[in-house]
Amino acid sequence: MREANKAPDRRAIFRTEGLTKVYQLGEIAVQALQGIDLVIAESEILVLLGPSGSGKSTLLNILGGLDRPTAGRVFFKEHDLTRASDRELTQFRRASVGFIFQFYNLVPSLTARENVALVTEIARDPMRPEEALDMVGLTPRLDHFPAQLSGGEQQRVAIARAIAKRPEVLLCDEPTGALDSKTGSLVLEAIAKVNEDLKTTTAIITHNAVIAEMADRVISFGDGRIVGEQRNPRRRAASELTW
Amino acid sequence: MKALDAKLFRDLWRIRLQALAIALVIGCGVAVVIMSFGAMRSLSETRDAYYDRYRFADVFAKLKRAPLTLVDDISALPGVARAEPRIVHYVTLDIPGLDRPAVGELVSLAEEGKAALNAILLKEGRYPRPGHGEVIVSENLAEAHGWHPGAAFQGILNGRKRTLVVSGIAQSPEFVYILDPGQLVPDNKTFGILWMPREELEATFDLDGAFNQISVTLMRGASEPDVIERMDNLLAPYGGTGAYGRDEQLSHAFLDQELQQLRTIATLIPPIFLGVASFLINIILSRLVETEREQIGLLKAFGYGAGEVGWHYLKFALVIVIGGLAIGAAVGLWMGVQMTTLYQQYFRFPFLYYRIDPFVLLASFAVSLAAGMLGTIGAVRAATRLSPAVAMAPAPPATYRRSLFEFIGVAQWIPAQTQMIIRHIERWPLRALTTSLGVALSGGLLVMTFYFFDAIDELIDSYYFRSNRQDATVDFLEPLDPRAVGEVGRMPGVRLAEPLREVPVRLHFEHREKLVRIYGILPNTTLKRFIDVDGKSFDVPPEGIVLGDHLSRTLGAQVGNTIRTDILEGRRGVGEVRVAAIVRENVGLSAYMEADALNRLIGEGPAVTGAQIMIDPTQTSAFYGTLKETPATGMVMLREPAIASFRDTLAKNMLVVISFYVVFGVTITFGVVYNAARIMLSERARELASLRVLGFTRGDVAYILLGELALLVAVALLPACALGYLLSWVMSHAMDTDLFRIPLVVRPSTYATGVVILILSAAASALAVAWRVNRLDLIAVLKTRD
Ligand SMILES: Nc1ncnc2c1ncn2[C@@H]1O[C@H](COP(=O)(O)OP(=O)(O)O)[C@@H](O)[C@H]1O
Ligand SMILES: [Mg+2]
Repeated sequence: MREANKAPDRRAIFRTEGLTKVYQLGEIAVQALQGIDLVIAESEILVLLGPSGSGKSTLLNILGGLDRPTAGRVFFKEHDLTRASDRELTQFRRASVGFIFQFYNLVPSLTARENVALVTEIARDPMRPEEALDMVGLTPRLDHFPAQLSGGEQQRVAIARAIAKRPEVLLCDEPTGALDSKTGSLVLEAIAKVNEDLKTTTAIITHNAVIAEMADRVISFGDGRIVGEQRNPRRRAASELTW
Repeated sequence: MKALDAKLFRDLWRIRLQALAIALVIGCGVAVVIMSFGAMRSLSETRDAYYDRYRFADVFAKLKRAPLTLVDDISALPGVARAEPRIVHYVTLDIPGLDRPAVGELVSLAEEGKAALNAILLKEGRYPRPGHGEVIVSENLAEAHGWHPGAAFQGILNGRKRTLVVSGIAQSPEFVYILDPGQLVPDNKTFGILWMPREELEATFDLDGAFNQISVTLMRGASEPDVIERMDNLLAPYGGTGAYGRDEQLSHAFLDQELQQLRTIATLIPPIFLGVASFLINIILSRLVETEREQIGLLKAFGYGAGEVGWHYLKFALVIVIGGLAIGAAVGLWMGVQMTTLYQQYFRFPFLYYRIDPFVLLASFAVSLAAGMLGTIGAVRAATRLSPAVAMAPAPPATYRRSLFEFIGVAQWIPAQTQMIIRHIERWPLRALTTSLGVALSGGLLVMTFYFFDAIDELIDSYYFRSNRQDATVDFLEPLDPRAVGEVGRMPGVRLAEPLREVPVRLHFEHREKLVRIYGILPNTTLKRFIDVDGKSFDVPPEGIVLGDHLSRTLGAQVGNTIRTDILEGRRGVGEVRVAAIVRENVGLSAYMEADALNRLIGEGPAVTGAQIMIDPTQTSAFYGTLKETPATGMVMLREPAIASFRDTLAKNMLVVISFYVVFGVTITFGVVYNAARIMLSERARELASLRVLGFTRGDVAYILLGELALLVAVALLPACALGYLLSWVMSHAMDTDLFRIPLVVRPSTYATGVVILILSAAASALAVAWRVNRLDLIAVLKTRD
């Protein structure tokens, strides 16, 4: 048991200042993010809650170096990601970030093992793909292609792929969005275990309030802004969650 | 990067048919280059080696009769290295088993091993003993009649029928292409070369110590026109008809024309094929990369750099292109050997080098590679430039607009599926355009390929029927009294005989000159017909000269210009004559004048050198029989056997070459259409599967997809025909030579053939794709987003 706001010694991993993102669609400008100020601390689990279209994915993508803000700044530790070159962003993603997407985004022509190897082959100090898949309980499915796996299994491959490089941060965009409750909690368990074992800073997007109970901190989004912040006095184990 | 390579090969395997289709298109381009350049190079190196080893002469001259002492004067001319005199006579042959008469070109033979120039290569038998009626015959004639040493036939030599015995069979660099003058293609049964010891020929033709032809070789750096002029001056008193270089030596000129046409094909067609291929690779690969958008985003999200991702897709293209190169190289080499072998039957070479120019090989590889890479790089750059977040997001629903049909208010009459087709095309007009353009280009190639058949038919029709209507031409070989024509007219089976006067002349206009023949035509004769460039026939004008259109272009002389004439016969006057008309002519370089006008120009009385005749078809054999027995007729050219051999030779030759191109054209067409259909399917699989889920039938869905394909192919048909005409125009102009021209006539049936093949390949591709539509896995398509 720990309390995030009583841990001032913990280092900030991400820090954003007035982060703004505008999508220009012809005549119309979509304000996806409108001045986000946020600090994410080392090894915490952060849940981002909010209705669809409120800008959660946009924020996560910018944090992970997949996209650039229109205005404002993002720091990863001391590095200003807003000023980083494409090459530096690539390096950042390669070395430090693990992504999990709602639709798994596995490469369909590669087996589970190869999908993980795709990432470990370019990482500095990775686990073996088998080891990562073992962590998510997929050892019997090593040589299956995505099409031969269920949705939950595919998502667990995606988790194995994200953690195999031992990333400093794990960014999960609705990791259970496409899964039933039982499979979903299996996936969340795997994420929590990684956070426990590897001390990986973890951000999880969801619009499922139940999931928020496994977080150290919950940020609520609305209309591109942070509309609420709440610290859980106590994290619940993922296995206890049902919805 | 093992995992990425695994992805590469599995993805390639998944689209193997498409990849194969692209590789085949590239292969076609490369194969044409290798085949054409290979055959060209092999042929020209073989020719050069043969000429060199058997001392083929550089300049040739024909004359009436000159004493052998004149040879020293010619040898002494500046620039002349060696000179060799000889006696040549055309003789009528009566060959056992052949109904029609044959013609032999009887050539005097130097003693074995003593020939300074134009040496023969004895392939069988031995040199003839003088005085025994022994001859060495050219290989073509021997083969056509199955002769070996000891075979015998009859010949009319200087008015006396004699038995000639084959002592040997030979080839010569002078007769690589053995053609009866006045014919388009060889007829091996009726024309051949006979070599006879010089002393026997001297005795037979009363030419003791004399010669009627001379060949010379030039010293390095000597000027050919200078030597020709000096030789003409020396030979004029002896009835010289104008010396000429290799470019006007019949066998060489044909060989040269063939090489020229090969060069044209090799330089013109491959760029077209490679152009089409690279265009296709460009669209296909870039659209393929577009369908990989999400995966590119994914790889970038994991920290793969733009360079690594780009290289991955470049490798993808590389494998396809290199596969194409391998196929092309293998097929091209094989076809090159086939072509060269074909030429060996057509041209008489004692040996054949098959050579491949490594530079050509590398250049064609480089061009295809560059084309493939260029197509890919653009697409990959576009894809990697997207931020990974955008690349991975499902492509936003396309913004469709109301279609033109809705705008003009007929939309309610058009079924919804058809509207989907139209909107899809309107939404991506560039894609639609490239698909149609690809189809049009390949259709154009097909039309151009089939155009050659039309051109051949037109050539035969215009030369043998429309312009020259005679069934046979008798060449007296020297000017005779006009009464000679009457004698021909009285032969059995001859319905009509019209006189012909042929005069060798050198025409000059401005700084250009050409050695040709002027034909004198009597007014009111019917067999020779003049057809102008617009296709209208006209009578021979009473004054002035009529030039063939190609000759007029060669000289640069138009109607109304005055050209200078050096007559190379009789009194050999120099005169001037006005160009009265231009006549369309696909064969040779000729000029015509009204007979009296010609006589005035050369300052001589009426004479004839030949007769053009019509034969009663029921009495052909009686006519042939008489010809065989008539010593004085000289040489006879018959139309029917000529056409038969023309078609036969071309059937063998052109058909092989053309069928290569047809295979190419069909392959390309199929490659284009199949790829377009497959890409359309992969781009729209989701949408179509959703429609199926909503309750649309397979037929409905197939209609949406294939309807679009059909529409794009239909739109391409007319441009395909237009492009076909354009390409035919280019080929016909590029293949213009002095010997004959390929007329630009594209028949409706040719367009129809091209269109039908296009439609059939489209239908075949549609079937292949329809099969996939039927197997659309609804769940899988809706579940996954790739
Ligand atoms: N690539 C894009 N182009 C234009 N608009 C976008 C794009 N991505 C997201 N948006 C818009 O930005 C807003 C926020 O989107 P997003 O961050 O995906 O929301 P969430 O993840 O909270 O559902 C939405 O209105 C969405 O339509
Ligand atoms: Mg989202």
